[in-house]
Amino acid sequence: MYPELGQLALILALLLAVLLSVVPLVGSLTGRDNLQAFARPLTTGMFVFVGLAFAVLTHAFLTDDFSVAYVANNSNSMLPWYYKFSAVWGGHEGSLLLWILMLTGWTMAVAIFSRRLPSVMISQVLSVLGMVSVGFMLFIVVTSNPFDRLLPNVPADGADLNPLLQDFGLIVHPPMLYMGYVGFAVAFAFAIAALINGRLDAAWARWSRPWTTVAWAFLSVGIALGSWWAYYELGWGGWWFWDPVENASLLPWLSGTALMHSLAVTEKRGVFKSWTVLLAIVTFSLSLLGTFLVRSGVLTSVHAFASDPERGTFLLALLAFTIIASLTLYAFRAPVVHVRSRYGSLSREIFLLLNNVLLVSATLLVAVGTLYPLVLDFFDLGKISIGEPFFNLTFSPLAVAAALLLGVGTFSRWKKTDAGWLARKLLWPLAISVLISTAVMVVYGGFKPWAFLGVFSAVWITTATFWDLWDKSSSKKGRIHGLKRQSRSYYGMILGHLGIAMTIAGATVVSNYGIERDVRMVPGDIAEVGDYQFVFVGIGERQGKNFTAQYGSFNVMRDGERVAELHPEKRQYAVGMSVMTEADIDGGLFRDIFVAVGERISDNAWAIRLQYKPLIRWLWLGALFMAAGGFLAISDRRYRIRERVTKRSGASTELPPTQTDAPGTAGAVS
Amino acid sequence: MFRIVCFFLAITASAMTFADVSAVYGFDSRSEEQRYQNLIAELRCPKCQNQNIADSNSPISKDMRNAVYQMMLDGASNEEIVNSLVDRFGEFVKYKPDLDSRTFMLWATPAIAVLVGLLVVAGVVARSRKAGIAAPALSKDEQARVDKMLAERNQNGKG
Amino acid sequence: MKRFLLFLPLLVAIIVGAVLFAGIGKDPTKLDSALVGKQVPAFSLKDLKNPENTLNESLFRGNITLLNVWGTWCPACRDEHEDLMWLAREKKVPIIGLNYKDNRDDALVWLDRLGDPYRTIIYDPKGTLGFDLGVYGAPETFVIDASGVVRYRHVGVINGRVWEQVLLPVIKDAREDG
Repeated sequence: MYPELGQLALILALLLAVLLSVVPLVGSLTGRDNLQAFARPLTTGMFVFVGLAFAVLTHAFLTDDFSVAYVANNSNSMLPWYYKFSAVWGGHEGSLLLWILMLTGWTMAVAIFSRRLPSVMISQVLSVLGMVSVGFMLFIVVTSNPFDRLLPNVPADGADLNPLLQDFGLIVHPPMLYMGYVGFAVAFAFAIAALINGRLDAAWARWSRPWTTVAWAFLSVGIALGSWWAYYELGWGGWWFWDPVENASLLPWLSGTALMHSLAVTEKRGVFKSWTVLLAIVTFSLSLLGTFLVRSGVLTSVHAFASDPERGTFLLALLAFTIIASLTLYAFRAPVVHVRSRYGSLSREIFLLLNNVLLVSATLLVAVGTLYPLVLDFFDLGKISIGEPFFNLTFSPLAVAAALLLGVGTFSRWKKTDAGWLARKLLWPLAISVLISTAVMVVYGGFKPWAFLGVFSAVWITTATFWDLWDKSSSKKGRIHGLKRQSRSYYGMILGHLGIAMTIAGATVVSNYGIERDVRMVPGDIAEVGDYQFVFVGIGERQGKNFTAQYGSFNVMRDGERVAELHPEKRQYAVGMSVMTEADIDGGLFRDIFVAVGERISDNAWAIRLQYKPLIRWLWLGALFMAAGGFLAISDRRYRIRERVTKRSGASTELPPTQTDAPGTAGAVS
Repeated sequence: MFRIVCFFLAITASAMTFADVSAVYGFDSRSEEQRYQNLIAELRCPKCQNQNIADSNSPISKDMRNAVYQMMLDGASNEEIVNSLVDRFGEFVKYKPDLDSRTFMLWATPAIAVLVGLLVVAGVVARSRKAGIAAPALSKDEQARVDKMLAERNQNGKG
Repeated sequence: MKRFLLFLPLLVAIIVGAVLFAGIGKDPTKLDSALVGKQVPAFSLKDLKNPENTLNESLFRGNITLLNVWGTWCPACRDEHEDLMWLAREKKVPIIGLNYKDNRDDALVWLDRLGDPYRTIIYDPKGTLGFDLGVYGAPETFVIDASGVVRYRHVGVINGRVWEQVLLPVIKDAREDG
């Protein structure tokens, strides 16, 4: 009975979403306040019904209701309860429901946290979000209903969740990722609303910014979790494969980073408006593209959901309609009048514009690299593969260039930066960075050109960031006072930039100084990887909750001392008989040691994969820093100050007086 | 005498267990081993869902790894090894696309994008310059006033 | 001019959309053979049914043939077997079998039970000829013309529709040329 209620809830949500798309929008265009007032209640209703549907599906999983086809295909009575819970989004239909839950959740959040926005604006923003919801709800109701039943032949037990997904990673990665993907819909809605009502100004940028930053922060965490999960789960020690689905998540991240920075310029200086609006539309479009790529079967990937041409076509139609409509609106309504503003060639505006150039070029690169095989196939020019070698060659220079620019741009000032002053500022950070980078090369044993560039980029960002902090926090009342005087959004920026530096450092060091060996070992053998010796003690057997496993025992030694005891496994799952390799990892802040059991070569000889991964955790820690920076930035008081200003002046568009940026003072330049 | 023999046997035996294990495929040197690892990371399994032959367990991947190893033993260069596999399985198995007339746009994309971007930025700067001098410098009086205001503000402290 | 530039993203989106649309429904795992237009590679393998005979690439000269790669371990090969029997019987198509990575005894029992559509069967237990042909999964079927040149490779099972729409046109082309 319940699953039908879930289905009904979805349909009701769809109806409310349709109303939400139309009524407040009409109200905003005709100036009818009573119609606009429907926006918030409709949003609440939509969210409640989707939440209900999600609860019903979760309930079906937790109570092993195998009459529901989706539950039967993705669960099993022997599954631990926490995996039954995350199995809700383990397949196509359920993950789509999660998407919609997040979308309506974000819409709800916008409705709640935007009391100070003019009614016309908020009505349009919510209506646009409603339209996006309509699209996805139609998709799920028409082609991907999670509540389809298997009556009357209810299977005795489910087909089980794919063993690869029976992992902590499934519990956290998709929700974080979707929070990011879907969160960009808010910036998109703000952009469309601004194009509709023509009010594209610094205020619009200020409203959009926190929403964009939070979505970006979630997406950063989501991508990092995916990378970490693949690393320890897939058993091969890889952390990024440039797989189409991985690229699909990177695209909105790259574009979103550009958007975040462009919004800063538009908010602060009122320029680059058309460009920022375009970025907002493009970023969400890339989220949608990602959703399509993962579910349509158009590209091959281990991460893809089962594909279906009917679903693919529907999704593409949804995608096409959304993107073409918004880009058409953009083409007709985006402002072409140039704002008469002056800025020098070394101004902060220009540095941020250059940042955008590099980030958008990177986005284009990843997009072209992912879709190019399709293009060639379209023209019958053969089937090619584009993978890591290509991306590493082309992406790395862009990343290094962006990092170098970041360091220099940290010192830039709005409107004008004196070239000589800038050059003098950079001398010490440059010298320090060269020294530290060289030291790192020595520590890791050997100069490699790309390694040096990567490490130097990371060190350069860090040095420049701290140097600038030192500069800005100098005060007659003492250093502490100077530090306290900086805004949260400035510290957010620092954290964010340190985060990217960490990620670059981690990626560079692990790629250049990591060691990987596939060796043949018999119990008693010792293998050498770098400074470590791996002693193969033996193979045992153990029984897990829904699998049997053969596990290897390894002692890892260094300088005669035992550093770790590792037990990689080969598991055979009871249902489905699939065999999985579970690596065992000794993780540390500065290195990981990784062992995985491969094939059995003979009676007592096994193929073992041993890896030494220096600094790999920095990759993901960096992402956490970036996200923390984002969350810190949005707690900045200028998003809270509006309350006072609004009450005083009666208009909610007045910006609080910004601090001046003359050299020598502390200013919130982020 | 017997004890001496035993002693030497014991030493050799322990030396054997402490000698380094061979790679699953035996190589002469670590650099050859590394070369093998690099090669198999760049070759794609024709059957799998986007995996290189290093990470894949499918039979065809095993065959391909074996072929790579054999060719390395025969002294083939990286290019010869890759081409040999491409001759059989098609260019699909190469993760690094050739640079030819078809893939020119692919390889040129980043360079073109950055170039266009830089031109746009140059245009923006030029246009801004036309709009007037970029930020007129403060006159001495104005600078003095600014310094005074900032000094006051520093004294009062900003919350 | 500026307004025109604003239409560029729309244009790009439409083009990308068209490419994506064309990709729906296509199977990205079906690869074209790299051997099309080339001779069947040289080999020296035993005949499955007459182990004292050694076969080589001259086996493919003189007639247009189908080369079917199969194994008893392959469930899809079991599915297509009846269609192969039909092809051999009704359409009188010469089919040469390549017993790929299989066990001789198992293969003989299989053929005994299910029937033998093949004119000759090459026994390739190690898969060396398969590897040289670029076989990556069974079943696969090659169309080879009278001079031993590979014309086409089909990945997956053969059935009436595949024969009609895919293989027959290739064979007709080969007949016209040869």
